[in-house]
Amino acid sequence: MDYQIVVCAGIVPDPLQTLEPVAAATGPALKNEMMLPAVLDPWASHALYEAAILAKNAPGSKVWLVSLGPKAKLQQVMMTVAQKVPFELVALEGPASGFTEAAEVAAALAEAIQAIPGLDKSKLLVFGGWESASRGAGATLQMAGERLGITEQFQGVDQLVAGADGSLEILERIEGGRHQVSKCAGPPALLGWATGSLPEPKNNPQIGMANMRALMPALQKAKPAKLAGEGLKFLSVTLPKQLRATQIVKDKSPDAIAKEIAEWIKT
Amino acid sequence: METILLLAHADAGGALAKPAREALRAARTLNKAIAGSNLFVGLIGENVQAAADSIAACPATRYFGVAGAEFGQSRYCTDAAAAQAIIQAAQATLVVAPATSRWNRVLPGVAQRCGGRIDSHVTGVADADGQPVVNRWYYRQRMEASLTRTQRPWFMLIDPGSQEACECGAGAATVELVPVKLAEAGQRTTVVGIREPKADAQTIRPDAPLLFVTGAGWTKKQADGQAHVEEAGKLIVDFLKLSRASLGSSKSLVDLGGEGQAVLPFLSHLNQIGQTGSTPRHAKGLSTCCHGEEPHTVGWRFIAERRAISLDPNCGWARGKADVLYVADAFAVIAELNKLLG
Repeated sequence: MDYQIVVCAGIVPDPLQTLEPVAAATGPALKNEMMLPAVLDPWASHALYEAAILAKNAPGSKVWLVSLGPKAKLQQVMMTVAQKVPFELVALEGPASGFTEAAEVAAALAEAIQAIPGLDKSKLLVFGGWESASRGAGATLQMAGERLGITEQFQGVDQLVAGADGSLEILERIEGGRHQVSKCAGPPALLGWATGSLPEPKNNPQIGMANMRALMPALQKAKPAKLAGEGLKFLSVTLPKQLRATQIVKDKSPDAIAKEIAEWIKT
Repeated sequence: METILLLAHADAGGALAKPAREALRAARTLNKAIAGSNLFVGLIGENVQAAADSIAACPATRYFGVAGAEFGQSRYCTDAAAAQAIIQAAQATLVVAPATSRWNRVLPGVAQRCGGRIDSHVTGVADADGQPVVNRWYYRQRMEASLTRTQRPWFMLIDPGSQEACECGAGAATVELVPVKLAEAGQRTTVVGIREPKADAQTIRPDAPLLFVTGAGWTKKQADGQAHVEEAGKLIVDFLKLSRASLGSSKSLVDLGGEGQAVLPFLSHLNQIGQTGSTPRHAKGLSTCCHGEEPHTVGWRFIAERRAISLDPNCGWARGKADVLYVADAFAVIAELNKLLG
């Protein structure tokens, strides 16, 4: 069976950057947000790699990457991502901030997915990260799925096995380091990926060249998304002030330290 | 007037788990703060009567339930239909639910169906001038926001461990059973079962008092110029057995496997804490051989008492983040600790 896999992936500040909230005219934002180097959202990246492998193993399949962000940032991130796996970009122009409203982002994503020419819902798999590294809501995909009429949804997915009969066996993370195993009859389905099991693919210049041919026109065609944050009011956004007065113990022997820790554990 | 609905699922035995009681506490907080509000309870499961009875002494005035074998399992299409039916029957304006994997999966979709909005990972609820307010973290626990909304129904998923569990007692509750018509097309998923490590191999223990965090230093070359991965693995496993701690790991240590380096075989991405992992809540945390700065330390943002063992007295993971930093060789300390705990 061949699949049409649409991966929803936002862009986020590089996790190693220092982040500081500021008040902007439109609500909270990050200080120097446009200057911060960006990356494709980590969990959504896993979803993209899993989509690429699934498409490779199911001839005739195709992967789209739907991403919402400022065009300049999208272009910067896509320069790297485009070298990893083959996909066609569907770009949406708008803020990539974590303070945007999940329901509004979901509406924009669903509209973009529905507008993909030749989309066959009987082959459709919508992928994404189960949470972003910005808003971290874990809500956007489900709402987009509802708008697309997809009632087979899975979150925290670590493994997908496609059967010869078109069925899908899915492992979802649940509490206590366990997985729930489900069997879905087939597409359409929506999967919010956790880490999966695939390493990051190495850069492949040939894939990059092929992707780039369609990537720049897609960026130029990016539709603006309306993200007004209606009905949502932030009262405060603050950094945690939790600097602890660390007691540094330098001159104790391992057995003395062990004794101290053992007592601490038991109390 | 606000109608506050605690939405919970009964477990396999028909009982309510601790996160549901924590969410009930949050619902009760809102109920007290918002004048004239109603507090209702909605329950989903194979059988919901026992769960309702277990909290019958709480101030909720009505109990709604969806019961049946198909609702005993955690599955999007059946859970969504059941939750939607209860919310509509209760005419809820504020829906408070525990952020379990089951509700995290389905309630955002239900919020969409009901024309509402949702906030997940809520760590606090309050009121401001009679309006509900929630606290939640952004950018992977790196900044905390306080926000309110005008849209209803407003769904709030309460992070487990963020509230005290409600201690309200048992009694006899009258449950109004709500019928749910499942569309045939919506039953294409079968829950096959649960996959988990063998009991003695399970290293993730959410209810453990202690989180034991291992860093990449365990697999690096030691003073003799050699790596001692096997010894490190044994020390860690022995410590987990003796202390019954939950095991967390830095991303760098988990990732080593993907890079073809020597790894600790019992670690997986499920153990990963921090920027791209979990941020578990335990009373105490002991980190060993961890290193790194702010983005990495969010893994123990919600650990109350923190101690660290590191050879580097200036380690960014520990300094300013831990209460006590032991500058010592973790191999030697954990070996001694295992003798004391054994």
